[in-house]
Amino acid sequence: METIFFTIVAAVTVLSGIMVVTCRNPINSALSLILTFFCIATLYVTLDAPFMAAVQVLVYAGAIMVLIVFVIMLLNIRSEVGRRYTHAGIIGTVVGFLMLVLTFNFLNNSSLTGAKGLITTDVINKIGHTELIARSMFTDFLLPFEITSILLLVAIIGAVILSKKKI
Amino acid sequence: MLGAYLPIIFLVVIAAVFGFASLCFSSLIGQKKPSEVKLAPYECGCEPVGSARERFSVKFYIIAMLFILFDIEAVFLYPWAIIYKKLGMFGVMEMAVFIVILFVGYIYVWKKGALEWE
Repeated sequence: METIFFTIVAAVTVLSGIMVVTCRNPINSALSLILTFFCIATLYVTLDAPFMAAVQVLVYAGAIMVLIVFVIMLLNIRSEVGRRYTHAGIIGTVVGFLMLVLTFNFLNNSSLTGAKGLITTDVINKIGHTELIARSMFTDFLLPFEITSILLLVAIIGAVILSKKKI
Repeated sequence: MLGAYLPIIFLVVIAAVFGFASLCFSSLIGQKKPSEVKLAPYECGCEPVGSARERFSVKFYIIAMLFILFDIEAVFLYPWAIIYKKLGMFGVMEMAVFIVILFVGYIYVWKKGALEWE
């Protein structure tokens, strides 16, 4: 049951991902990207990571997509529609093939022993996925968390400086 | 495991089927008597002026950008809210540092008038 579900969702993810890069109209690409984000959120759910799924939908499918649609609105899309891409297809195919070879190489690698780390599925189900994230974020990775706020501050100031006419 | 998410799956399926079926039925059994006025783009009842494919002002963009940044801040609050009782005073302080740094950004945005629609 779960294998079938995963296969369907994975297929839709890949297909909508292909739609993103092949659609001629940027708005169609953006809508396909929303579908891709939703599918990735579903994959997070199947991986016992509901918080990641919720954030994926809130931040990526919600906020980031608003930004992408606004970028499309800022640019004049009519001049972009119908323009042929040049070498992107060839480069993409080559890079994709290399990634596939790398993945298979990694899977066949004998260095994968199958040993499990501390956080197994049982631990996640017992304590709860979100709480595990919170524990490591607010104790072990406290400094990176606080640095995130500096990063957001820089982004806020940058956004204001770049888009205000008169500062 | 998936059983817990069955209602959400139903919701998504019903929403998709409803949207798709509405379009299908209206194109199959709906009446089609097009006229020039009916086919015109709807613009709140006014006569459409110019093309909609124009470049929009960057004013919209900065609002969206600021929305995302404070949205990400809110996302960090959620896992914190789950364990703040366990963290105690330490948790309050670390989140206070985080919020204060972003509050500086908020004051900056406000003082620079980025929230004004000029």
